[in-house]
Amino acid sequence: MKLSALHQSYLNRRRSPLDSSVDAPSKSFLAVFWLVLHCLCCLISLLLGFRFSRLVFFFLVSTPTTNLYSPPFRPNLPPPRIDLTPSNATTAEVKTSSSRVVVGRHGILIRPWPHPDPVEVMKAHRIIERVQREQKAVFGAGGKGSRTVIAVTPTYVRTFQALHLNGVMHSLMLVPYDVVWIVVEAGGVSNETASIIGKSGVRVIHVGFDQRMPNTWEDRGKVEVLMRLRALRVVKEEKLDGVVMFADDSNMHSMEFFDEIQNVKWFGAVSVGILAHSGNAEEMVMSMDKRREMVDEVEERSSLPVQGPACNATDKLIGWHVFNTLPYAGKSAVYIDDVAAVLPQKLEWCGFVLNSRILWDEAESKPEWVKEFGLLNENEGVESPLSLLNDPSMVEPLGSCGRQVLLWWLRVEARADSKFPPGWVIDPPLEITVAAKRTPWPDVPPEPPTKKKDQMSLSQGNNNVVVIPKQQQQQQQQQQQRSSKVRKPKRRSKRNKHEAKPTDTTTQVSSSTKHHQERN
Amino acid sequence: MSNRLSLSAILLFLFFSASSAQHNVRTERISGSAGDVLEDNPVGKLKVYVYELPSKYNKKLLQKDPRCLTHMFAAEIFMHRFLLSSPVRTLNPDEADWFYAPIYPTCDLTPTGLPLPFKSPRMMRSAIQLISSNWPYWNKTEGADHFFVVPHDFGACFHYQEEKAIERGILPLLQRATLVQTFGQRNHVCLDQGSITIPPFAPPQKMHAHLIPPDVPRSIFVYFRGLFYDVNNDPEGGYYARGARAAVWENFKNNPLFDISTDHPTTYYEDMQRSIFCLCPLGWAPWSPRLVEAVVFGCIPVIIADDIVLPFADAIPWEEIGVFVAEKDVPELDTILTSIPTEVILRKQRLLANPSMKQAMLFPQPAQPGDAFHQILNGLARKLPHDASVYLKAGEKVLNWTAGPVGDLKPW
Repeated sequence: MKLSALHQSYLNRRRSPLDSSVDAPSKSFLAVFWLVLHCLCCLISLLLGFRFSRLVFFFLVSTPTTNLYSPPFRPNLPPPRIDLTPSNATTAEVKTSSSRVVVGRHGILIRPWPHPDPVEVMKAHRIIERVQREQKAVFGAGGKGSRTVIAVTPTYVRTFQALHLNGVMHSLMLVPYDVVWIVVEAGGVSNETASIIGKSGVRVIHVGFDQRMPNTWEDRGKVEVLMRLRALRVVKEEKLDGVVMFADDSNMHSMEFFDEIQNVKWFGAVSVGILAHSGNAEEMVMSMDKRREMVDEVEERSSLPVQGPACNATDKLIGWHVFNTLPYAGKSAVYIDDVAAVLPQKLEWCGFVLNSRILWDEAESKPEWVKEFGLLNENEGVESPLSLLNDPSMVEPLGSCGRQVLLWWLRVEARADSKFPPGWVIDPPLEITVAAKRTPWPDVPPEPPTKKKDQMSLSQGNNNVVVIPKQQQQQQQQQQQRSSKVRKPKRRSKRNKHEAKPTDTTTQVSSSTKHHQERN
Repeated sequence: MSNRLSLSAILLFLFFSASSAQHNVRTERISGSAGDVLEDNPVGKLKVYVYELPSKYNKKLLQKDPRCLTHMFAAEIFMHRFLLSSPVRTLNPDEADWFYAPIYPTCDLTPTGLPLPFKSPRMMRSAIQLISSNWPYWNKTEGADHFFVVPHDFGACFHYQEEKAIERGILPLLQRATLVQTFGQRNHVCLDQGSITIPPFAPPQKMHAHLIPPDVPRSIFVYFRGLFYDVNNDPEGGYYARGARAAVWENFKNNPLFDISTDHPTTYYEDMQRSIFCLCPLGWAPWSPRLVEAVVFGCIPVIIADDIVLPFADAIPWEEIGVFVAEKDVPELDTILTSIPTEVILRKQRLLANPSMKQAMLFPQPAQPGDAFHQILNGLARKLPHDASVYLKAGEKVLNWTAGPVGDLKPW
């Protein structure tokens, strides 16, 4: 397709016989003249670096309207060839009916400002973004066959609620499918919870549950079951379509979990990693050692902290792996804030997923091994989701038959008397500030703060100030005391009297509060 | 005859229903009479007789240089192979609608792999002489029911340089025959009215080996890899590609939306799949395999070649699939492309995603339904039945056997 030097030389060789050499002496003079002129032109072109003969022709032949920006001019000049024989003066016009496409040298059209226009660049980026969105919609995770994920979360207001609920919320926000999040709150709908889940950006159904959450794990489990059933009733009433999964607020889910549950037909089970954390490191180690001893004595089965479906070699469900609670016998947490291992139930709800159509009323497409959800009597004690089924052997094991652990179960709660600022906004300011033991400037009185946020600037450098809010306000007489070491006051205090007192790291009133009290 | 017809009708119906059932909701069918033609099955609509020419016209050339199988002119060889084993082939020349002479005129390669067209007219001529003397069918119509595959730069003008090609014109002996060629430009000497334009050969397995998942986001706006100036043959520019490629470079080399360069990256195919628009400007000839690659990889082709006739133009509505930009509008290319409404762009992408569209551009081995071979046969079938004027009376001669440059008349 492209000419090459070889072709060019071949051409020239082919053409030279066609050059009719002539006999008349006048013609030979002309030939010599042309040769000399040609050599001269060649030398000048060599000097200049381009074929200036084109320019000569251009200036001689062209019309005055052409400007220097190489507009479309069609001079019909002969093609570039070394030999200027008369035969190539003919222009290669297309002979047939008027074609505007001409062979020959054309100008290279360059616009006056050949740089990108920012408006067009923005338009192009919008086009790109729209195309990518379309690609995602057609081919990506939201493509055909992707079902809505209906997440059911029982929760209640407590110190660690923000920690747990934010974790679940961020996982749900990352899910590439549509999500409906049903949050059931014990003790009724509260602003606290609503403010957390309002930031999620997914569709949230916030349901209140009238009971308060009890403070033993066992009772809490029972209440959570009731709350989940309440959520399932919402699914039934609103006829939500999708895959129902139970996202307990302290659990951690992997993204593959959401991809895997798309495959469930009616009722599926996944393996859940159990993190029976006690909060007491030594005890954990001891229990692990004990477990290892036990393992040596007894068979090795179920030493894995995993709960989930058990399959035989042909990937059929034959039973359930259940968390071995024997090592923790007698040492498990009873009250919510016990420093002991929190043990799961036999079969946790979070390991099961179901097609929301199981819960719907009309029985046409439901398989017969599913109980009618509307007739379920909660007071009979629903322990695990298997109670929703007539035949528990029809459960589909997911995650390559339970071999993949796709989510982790964990229960961590703060001490019963722990307090936290509502909404995690420090307003009114904290009552108690506890100074760390060493500060470099013990006697420097605090700068009068310009705004509330400057309170934090007091704890600079290696000043670790532990803040414990107190229920009632302490009164104005308390003074600022900083370090436990007795130091000579270097500077005069602005407002407070310094008392060099040996302090312990117990409650002290910060001057900041004082300032605020003064301000308030 | 009637049960053969009904059989073919049933086949057609099944073919239609099967192919329409496969269609994804998201890809658009090229609706209307033009697009559905892509799925026509030519079997039963025509019969082709393949002449038995001596191997010096075909096999020996291939043996001498097997590169003929992989370059962009390989369609002539694969068409021959396809016809030999196709159900449209008939061994009885009296019932044939079309006659095919297996010649490989583009198989005379230089050491670097470029085909030399200088002997091709003589080869053609000698083959036609052979056909006309050994079989009576050529003389009946003077070649009007014969077709030849001439995939060279300017088709049957047999020259790589456009002016020379125009000077020569189509080989006089082929004036009545149907030419299956890649070159297509309106009002051009080298495009006969009844010619069938086909896509150039692009290796299907190689392209399919470089497919990436379709959800990889398309982040390149405009993509092009190739020459802008042909410094060997046109150092000043303005001649190569009629200055259009040089204009693209000069105007958009600084534009971040345009990923254009002369590189030869190994990720060329993958990059095309990550682009929204792929430029397909003319070069020394208006056609190039870039069009095929753009269609296969779902990149909207931006065709910068005035008056070009694209492959299977009567079956594929190229206006709806590609963007046509006049050569004089090249400096405004960015404005043109950014001002296309997004719905139009999405529609073009859906049309490109249609598998029958991609299949029609390819020459797979072995042949598959809906591919370029079948489209050629469809095109030939659409020209049937032959007009009565095609058949000459006994002794009537139309062609001038001595026309053309002196060099062509030498025996091959």
